[in-house]
Amino acid sequence: MSHLLDKLRYFQAQREPFAEGHGVTTDEDRQWERGYRQRWQHDKIVRSTHGVNCTGSCSWKIYVKNGLVTWETQQTDYPRTRPDLPNHEPRGCPRGASYSWYIYSANRLKYPKVRQSLMKLWRQARQEHTDPVRAWASIVEDPAKAKSYKSRRGLGGFVRAHWDEVNEIIAASNVYTAKTYGPDRINGFSPIPAMSMVSYAAGSRYLSLIGGNCLSFYDWYCDLPPASPQVWGEQTDVPESADWYNSSYIICWGSNVPQTRTPDAHFLTEVRYKGTKVISITPDYSEVAKLTDQWLAPRQGTDAALAMAFGHVILKEFYVDSQSEYFTNYVKRYTDMPNLVILDEEGGRLQQGRFLRAADLVDNLGEEANPDWKTIAINSDDQRLVSPNGSIGYRWGRPEGQTGRWNLENRDGLTGDEVNLQLSLKGNSDDVVDVAFPYFGCKEHDYGYFQHTEHTEVQMRKVPAKRVKLADGRDVLVATVYDLTLANYGVDNGLDDSNCAQSFDDDKPYTPKWQERITGVKPEHVIRVAREFARTADKTHGRSMIIVGAGMNHWFNMDMNYRGLINMLMMCGCVGQSGGGWAHYVGQEKLRPQTGWQPLAFGLDWQRPPRQMNGTSFFYAHSDQWRYEKLNMSDLVSPLAKKEKWQSSILDYNTRAERMGWLPSAPQLATNPLKLAEAAKAAGKDIKDYVREQLVNGELKFACEDPDAPQNFPRNMFIWRSNLLGSSGKGHEYMLRHFLGTKHGLMNKDLGETGEAKPEDVTWRDEAPEGKVDLWVTLDFRMSTTCLYSDIVLPTATWYEKNDMNTSDMHPFIHPLTEAIDPVWESRSDWDIFKGIAKKFSELTNGHLGVEQDVVTTPIMHDSPGEMAQPYGVKAWWKGECEAVPGVTMPNINVVERDYPNTYHRFTSLGPLMDKLGNGGKGINWDTKEEVEFLGKLNRVHHEEGANKGRPRIESAIDACEVILSLAPETNGHVAVKAWDALGKITGRDHKHLALPKEEEKIRFRDIVAQPRKIISSPTWSGLEDEHVSYNAGYTNVHELIPWRTITGRQQFYQDHEWMLDFGEQHCLYKPPVNLKTVEPILNQRSNGNKELVLNWITPHQKWGIHSTYSDNLLMQTLSRGGPIVWLSEKDAKAAGIEDNDWIDVFNVNGAIACRAVVSQRVPEGMSMMYHAQERIINTPGSNLTKTRGGIHNSVTRAVMKPTHMIGGYAQQAYGFNYYGTVGCNRDEFVIVRKMDKVDWLEEDEQTTDSLAK
Amino acid sequence: MSTFHLFAFGIYPYIALAVMFIGTWVRYDREQYTWKAGSSQLLEKKWLRIGSIPFHIGILGIFLGHLVGLLTPLEVWHFLGVSASAKQILAVVAGGLFGALCLFGLVVLTLRRLFHPRIRPNSQPMDIVVLFLLLGQLLLGLASIFISVGHLDGAVMLQLMHWAQSIFLLRGLTGAEYIVDVHWIFKAHLVLGLTIFLLFPFTRLVHLLSVPVKYLGRNYQVVRRRTRASM
Repeated sequence: MSHLLDKLRYFQAQREPFAEGHGVTTDEDRQWERGYRQRWQHDKIVRSTHGVNCTGSCSWKIYVKNGLVTWETQQTDYPRTRPDLPNHEPRGCPRGASYSWYIYSANRLKYPKVRQSLMKLWRQARQEHTDPVRAWASIVEDPAKAKSYKSRRGLGGFVRAHWDEVNEIIAASNVYTAKTYGPDRINGFSPIPAMSMVSYAAGSRYLSLIGGNCLSFYDWYCDLPPASPQVWGEQTDVPESADWYNSSYIICWGSNVPQTRTPDAHFLTEVRYKGTKVISITPDYSEVAKLTDQWLAPRQGTDAALAMAFGHVILKEFYVDSQSEYFTNYVKRYTDMPNLVILDEEGGRLQQGRFLRAADLVDNLGEEANPDWKTIAINSDDQRLVSPNGSIGYRWGRPEGQTGRWNLENRDGLTGDEVNLQLSLKGNSDDVVDVAFPYFGCKEHDYGYFQHTEHTEVQMRKVPAKRVKLADGRDVLVATVYDLTLANYGVDNGLDDSNCAQSFDDDKPYTPKWQERITGVKPEHVIRVAREFARTADKTHGRSMIIVGAGMNHWFNMDMNYRGLINMLMMCGCVGQSGGGWAHYVGQEKLRPQTGWQPLAFGLDWQRPPRQMNGTSFFYAHSDQWRYEKLNMSDLVSPLAKKEKWQSSILDYNTRAERMGWLPSAPQLATNPLKLAEAAKAAGKDIKDYVREQLVNGELKFACEDPDAPQNFPRNMFIWRSNLLGSSGKGHEYMLRHFLGTKHGLMNKDLGETGEAKPEDVTWRDEAPEGKVDLWVTLDFRMSTTCLYSDIVLPTATWYEKNDMNTSDMHPFIHPLTEAIDPVWESRSDWDIFKGIAKKFSELTNGHLGVEQDVVTTPIMHDSPGEMAQPYGVKAWWKGECEAVPGVTMPNINVVERDYPNTYHRFTSLGPLMDKLGNGGKGINWDTKEEVEFLGKLNRVHHEEGANKGRPRIESAIDACEVILSLAPETNGHVAVKAWDALGKITGRDHKHLALPKEEEKIRFRDIVAQPRKIISSPTWSGLEDEHVSYNAGYTNVHELIPWRTITGRQQFYQDHEWMLDFGEQHCLYKPPVNLKTVEPILNQRSNGNKELVLNWITPHQKWGIHSTYSDNLLMQTLSRGGPIVWLSEKDAKAAGIEDNDWIDVFNVNGAIACRAVVSQRVPEGMSMMYHAQERIINTPGSNLTKTRGGIHNSVTRAVMKPTHMIGGYAQQAYGFNYYGTVGCNRDEFVIVRKMDKVDWLEEDEQTTDSLAK
Repeated sequence: MSTFHLFAFGIYPYIALAVMFIGTWVRYDREQYTWKAGSSQLLEKKWLRIGSIPFHIGILGIFLGHLVGLLTPLEVWHFLGVSASAKQILAVVAGGLFGALCLFGLVVLTLRRLFHPRIRPNSQPMDIVVLFLLLGQLLLGLASIFISVGHLDGAVMLQLMHWAQSIFLLRGLTGAEYIVDVHWIFKAHLVLGLTIFLLFPFTRLVHLLSVPVKYLGRNYQVVRRRTRASM
């Protein structure tokens, strides 16, 4: 009754002693225990997960009590695995376990917000204009008004608004922009659909329906390894983590498994109990280094040198000195090693050219279809030139009766006879010739940090060659990729080549001894690991695996790092074998039901094609990073290339790529694409012909030729499910200045200021534009750095407040996100938010937009017949080097009809193109009438009169989930059978047996809510979801003989596009990091008296967060240091007088960071490490250099692009959204680090700060 | 005797004591989770050690001295043969020593709470109020020593004893008359002391009621029986 009275019952109190008075039993009050007991009581448990791009995709129990989410714990009801395999669970990590903190935290966004200055302008404009579109025009067309709100971005001042009002502003701005400048001036950035695919689809469906651009992310994040499309024609496909358990030898190369793949790490420790040896290769003493049997620590950025030395040992010991039957058979059938390469004579030297094609030979070697795209090898039995099955020429456009040759059977594609391809011409050659190989390892590094060797930049090596007579009468020499590869690696194949190594101790590229100088790894360790790796693969038929993280992919020459280790795996026959292969884990890129999702996400059910843009080129161009470009391509190309070809600026090459149909554009044309139909009509011409003509005669330009022209600005920007400015935005300060037009910390001078050479093809405007974006809208559940800079912030539902789906490459399950509680305060799910915007948009089109013809340009797409566009060389139609043919020498020109007033109706229903055109992916297509009919019954159809009468409804997020699940082969067994059948028509082999046992299996949303479900095998992926094997990439290529989607149809050691040759990347080799020239102009220029260090800038994944999520979470802040930190080595810190936890300045011309130092033995000398994406909203003082608050990790970076990633129209090097294209690398960057003089929290009022800045 | 005097020393003591008792009881019954010493040792250890130990020794000594000195009936002192004058000398000496110790500790703790960068932001307003109350009360107490040494006969002390005992024995308003003519320092000391009683339930001082003295002699293992009522 009363605690006090209970205390006072001295006479009643019972005390019974026991154990001789050592113990006593009392009847004291125990009510206080209730607090603890009730702490763990709850009303219900709901299944959800975290949509956070960590590849975990872990199923969680969300506990709800009194209508509040109280906490979460790991789910443990995954379906069991096989008897010989550990189970998947429990999955989860401390970061996920802390998520519920966000829901009720002060950082939670609760109401729609608008920046005060904009809100005032808007309300005033609405007083003056009844039409919201005119009201918006009155603001943005007045430069003073526009500047007044743009310059306040990032400086606080948000006020609450109502949904009706924000929807009106957004819709008005979209209508105004589409009408005035064109719908392709509206852009949206949202990454990684797999983390919450319906939320992604909500925004992308809206944008696609109105004709806006969806920006890619995988390439922008630099997680896309261009090596994968180059070698395999495959974006990325990797083994699930359970397959680690099938491996017999694992190298963890730059992948910090326990820290960044926490829920999967158990498979790595479990497999060690089976005796599997595990090696780690990381420059720092990371968590994975502690876990493994041996740790190799090459200098960061030199991994390709190590990989080349590994390859040298493998080739020498398993191909030359003795032969592995398994390896030999594997590379013959599954790689391009037997393919012939033409040796061109140039400057008195033989250089490696392109693959020999059927079209080169007399009578096209008998081939009728696509002889330009059929590669050639020699049949060893009769020394005849043959065009083996599987090259890309067999994939597309085959006449009746000749289909079904696109497979990896050992057959001559012409006759169907069995062949045995010849690997080496040694012994059968007409001559042994000296061939020139470029060498880049001799380049001296500007800061002396990366070591070089003294070898000459052209290495001559002996190669056996055969003389072939071409159709044009020329005699040329050809060699096999195998012989060239041996020579490239410096392995002497008994040809007495004095330029090749005779022993591993020779210091010649690329021996174990040679690499020591560059990487610092002892040669004996290299030899041992290479030997063990290959021997294990030989004995187990490919069960050697390399787990690799994206860190190595973040260097300018990432292709070399990656191709180096992929080559090892191909040499050892590991790709496509259980327990073997390339296990590249970065973000959660695997959207398993992708083909079911695409129609929903890009509105393909109503109109095709959608507008999709590669993120890196977009951000590079529009945030004006190109205006500061100091990196010369001529310094980077091969010593064998013609340097005069490479004198232009990076952006020039990108615009050429866009005009040649290689890369997409956003905006596309330098005019409003809605106005072209009218102009064509006036001219009395077909729209497509009219546009082509206008482009050819120069009347019409591509927008990319003048990105700083106001008509080409990216006027509207949507960011959702992303923290672009706080996380992935390379060149952060450039974005603040040019995109947003607000306060920034940029200290760089542009080419106009320095007077250096400007781009040739791109218009230079002396005055750099600031504030290109008129309206920046961000959806988030927390106040992130990006929200801080937005004009409008919309509060979304958290991952425990919405219905959605989530998949990962790490396991075969599909997980739901479920609405455990209603979205709190005024937040709404992404689906509902975009639905609301679509509705308002439809209303506001009245009087502005009707049914419009929109001219959409699309690049030449990978996995389409168009990818066989440009077989020989690079030709510019605008210079008259070739004819301008849409889809062949220039982008495709399409006309899309947009029904703007019916945007909302289209958004909420499944459109008729699914019945008409069917569905598909990766170059195969199937009928979907049954599924559409079924969805009409399941979701019901619209009955009201209107544009969507009779169409299946997609009103709720669950309706949207059902659309995805019903259309995708991965979740609908019936579709899977159809898809395999469709593929079988092209390969000529029956693959249906892979899906038939699961034909009647159909996964619905409520099924996955009940328990995680394994998906069904589908031909859009290269592995199998099977009861007997774990998912492994390339498995169906090897076991079903489905070709890789490359020019040869095989995995390629060799790349033969002209630009690849120019960059010396026909083979893998070592290229040192490049100098981005951001340190010299400012080093010791603005001294504060403390010593300034120059350190390499490395930005790995966090321990206390997943990207920027959780980094602002109090629980994780408590485990970390509660603010931004940068790791330094003990030696460097000592040299600069920095002690642990000191405040430091980190800067270069790109910008500055103010943070604390973590001084640790973990870090090697010369490296500084900042866990990426630490929010700038917590404990960030001002920087003494920029007089504004210190930036994020990307404040000191800037994107640079590599022309080889722009290549298009060339088989595997053809564009695909998030598939191939420029990538945003950032690890070659150096920064200056010094002890901070004075910590300034900028707590004075704003005027003082502003005057200080002046 | 002015009305103010009557209120301050006749009525106010009852108000203060009533608020203290009732408030303490209510807090103990209703707000058990707030019943704590509120230690800041996790945030700062060094200065706490320097300040807290002398402070607690000092204040406990003073507290006991006041308790015994004021509330022990005169007869007991007579019986023990302690004269008023001797008692006063004892009070001055012991009070002075403990007071000095307490003052040192209290000054350290006050400075720490006000200026330490980790303690100040973690302080409730009442934590700071309490320190100043105690500091003021202690300084008044120490100041009264100088007055007491001026008349070592113990007469004033007897007046104060009479007052305290009359309040303690609930003898109405009469107690106030005993101390009409004592020095203002004593009066201020009394009012401030009563104010501390008044505020007691609203501060961290409540922890003095929960000093785990029992632990000194308890059984090694205490098992609490599970009863229906207690669940």
